[in-house]
Amino acid sequence: MKRVSAIATYTLLIGLSAIFALPFLWMVSSGFKDLETIFEYPPTLLPMETVTVFSNGKHTPVGVYAPSGTRPTRVLILDRRPGETQVAAAADIGARAREWVPNRSVTLYRRVHFRWENFPTAWNAEPFSRYTMNTLIITTFGIFGQALTASLVAFGFARLEWPGRKWLFWLVLATMMLPQEVTMIPSFLIYRKLGWIDTFLPLIVPSFLGGGAFSIFLFRQFFLTLPRELDDAARVDGCSSLGVYLHILMPLCKPILATIAVFSFVAHWNDFLTPLIYLNSSDNFTLAVGLRFFQGAYETDMHLLMAASTLALLPVLLVFFLGQKYFVRSIVMSGVKG
Amino acid sequence: MFAIAPHRSRRSRRYWRSAFEGYLFVAPWIIGFVMFTLGAMLTSAWMSLHRWNLLTAPDWVGPANYRKALMHDPLFWKSLSNTAYYAFLSVPLRMALSLFFAVLLNQKVRGLAVFRTIFYLPSVVTGVATSMLWIMLLNPDVGGINFVLRTLGVAHPPGWLTSEQWAMPGLILMSLWAVGSMMLIFLAGLQSVPNELLDAARVDGAGGWMHFRHVTLPLLTPSILFNLVVSVIGAFQVFTQSFIMTGGGPANATLTYVLYLYRNAFEFFKMGYASALAWILFFLTLGMTALILRSTPLWVYYEGDKP
Repeated sequence: MKRVSAIATYTLLIGLSAIFALPFLWMVSSGFKDLETIFEYPPTLLPMETVTVFSNGKHTPVGVYAPSGTRPTRVLILDRRPGETQVAAAADIGARAREWVPNRSVTLYRRVHFRWENFPTAWNAEPFSRYTMNTLIITTFGIFGQALTASLVAFGFARLEWPGRKWLFWLVLATMMLPQEVTMIPSFLIYRKLGWIDTFLPLIVPSFLGGGAFSIFLFRQFFLTLPRELDDAARVDGCSSLGVYLHILMPLCKPILATIAVFSFVAHWNDFLTPLIYLNSSDNFTLAVGLRFFQGAYETDMHLLMAASTLALLPVLLVFFLGQKYFVRSIVMSGVKG
Repeated sequence: MFAIAPHRSRRSRRYWRSAFEGYLFVAPWIIGFVMFTLGAMLTSAWMSLHRWNLLTAPDWVGPANYRKALMHDPLFWKSLSNTAYYAFLSVPLRMALSLFFAVLLNQKVRGLAVFRTIFYLPSVVTGVATSMLWIMLLNPDVGGINFVLRTLGVAHPPGWLTSEQWAMPGLILMSLWAVGSMMLIFLAGLQSVPNELLDAARVDGAGGWMHFRHVTLPLLTPSILFNLVVSVIGAFQVFTQSFIMTGGGPANATLTYVLYLYRNAFEFFKMGYASALAWILFFLTLGMTALILRSTPLWVYYEGDKP
C-alpha cells in the first residue's frame, strides 16, 4: 500500500514538473527555430529545419522519396501540384531527369538545426545592450537603496524605544494593502513637477525611502531574532545607536541582506508598469519595456521574439538559481509570521 | 516634589533623545509615506473630484467622475466584471493547485529541492518575456496548448486569445502556471503542522482524504487566509498580461480594471477620472479584504484557540 502511494506520488510529481518546465524548454527551442518551423503544426520541441540545396540562385528543398516496398532515397523537390510532387534525384543538381510522383510517397528531409544566429540578430535589432545597461543601473541602485534604508528603518522599529512606534509599524503594514494604482497618478505628477520624467530617478528614489513595507517587515522580523544583549553590551562600551546598527547587527544580517537583494533584483528586473509610465525615449528603456516595443516592431518574427525573451530571462534565472534558498526563506517568513 | 523634578527632567531628556533617534532611523520611510502615500492619496482624492487633462487647469466637477463611472460608463462595468471573472476563477483554481503541489511535496519525497524549484520558477519570471511565451503557447492554430488538446481528442479546441469567449480563460490558464509562491506558503504551513497531531490521527485510523479534510486542512487555514488575501488583491490588479498579450481585446473581453485605469490616465489623459477609478478599486479591495477577514472566525483555526 505504501509503495503504491509512493509510486503514485512520484509519477504525479514528475508528470507535473514536466508540464511546468515544458513552456521554458519550448521558449528556448523556439528561439533557435526559423520562422517556418515556429509556425509549423504539429509543433516540434527541437528546432527542426528542412534541408535545402542551393543551385541556380535558389534554395531547393530536399525530400525523402519512398514509394512502397523500396528503400527511401533523397530527392530534390522541384514543384508541387494537387496530389503530386515533382522530384529529381538528389545527385542530379541540374534536375534534368524530373518526375511527377504521388505526394504521399515524398516527405521533406528534416534535421535538427540550431539557428544560433537568431540571438545576435534579435539582440541587435533593437538596442538591447543599452536596455540591459539601463536595467542594470536601475536594479543596482534599487537593491542598494532598498537594503540600506529598509534595514535602517527596521532597526528603528525593532531596536529603539520611541512613542508611536507600534502605531507607525501598523501603518507600514497597512500600506502593503494599498493598491499601487491609487498612488500611481499623483506620484507621476510629483515626478513631473520635479522634472524627473524620462529619467531613472522615479524608478530608483522610492527604493531609498524605506524600500517598501515588505522589506522593512522582513528586516524587522530578522532583527527580532537577534539577542538584545548584543546591543546592550555594545552600548555599555559606548556604542551609539548607529554604531550598534553598523558594527553589531549588520555583520549578522548577511542572510537577510541576500534575501532582500535577490527579491529586489527580481522585482526591478520584472517591473513593467513603472518604467512604462516614466520612461519615454528609447535610450532610457529598460529590458521589459524594450522587449514590449520589440514585440510591436517585429510582431510576425516570433522566432526573434522568443530569442530576445530568452535572453531577457537569463539573468533572472541565474539569480534565481544562485539565491534560491533566500527566496524560499523570505516567502516562508512573510507567510508564516505575517 | 522638587527633589523629584531634576530626576524626571533627566529621564525625559534621555527619553526625548531616544525618541529623536527612533524617528531619525525611521525618517526615510516617513518621508516616503508622507510624500508618496499619504500626500499622494490626498492628491488623488482631490484629483478624483476634478476634470483634468494635464494641459489646462483642473476643473472642479464634484462627484461627477464617480457618478460617470458607476452610472454612465459601460467600459467601467465591463472592465470590472472582466476582472471579477478573472479573480473568481483564477484565485480558487490557483489555491487548489498550489495546495495540491504542497501536499505532494510534503510526502517526504526525494529530490524535493528540484521539484520545488521547477514549480516555483514560473512565478519568479512573470512579466513581459513570459507573456510573449504564452502568446505562442496559446496560439489557437499552432500553439502547444491546443496541440495537447487535439492530441487528447478535442476536435475543436478553443480560440484562446483570439476569441471573445476564450481570451480571459486563456489568461486564467496562464495564471495557473505561476502558483509557486502560494505553494511555498502552503508547504511552510504543512511543515509546521505538529507531528503528534498527524500521528494521533493515524492511530485513530484516519486515512487519506479523511485525514486531509479533518486534520491537515484545519491546521492550514492560516496559510489559506494569507494566500487568499494576497491573491485576491493581486488578481484585481492584473495588468501586464492583458496589456501585452491581447491589448484588452478582442472586443474588450480582456480589458482588465487596471488596464482601463492605465488607459484613462496615460493614453486619454483623463487624470481626474482615472483617480476616481483608482479610489473605487481601493475601496473594492478594502471591502473584499475586510469581508475575508470578518469571515475568519467561521473557518480559520489558530492553534491555541479554544475550540
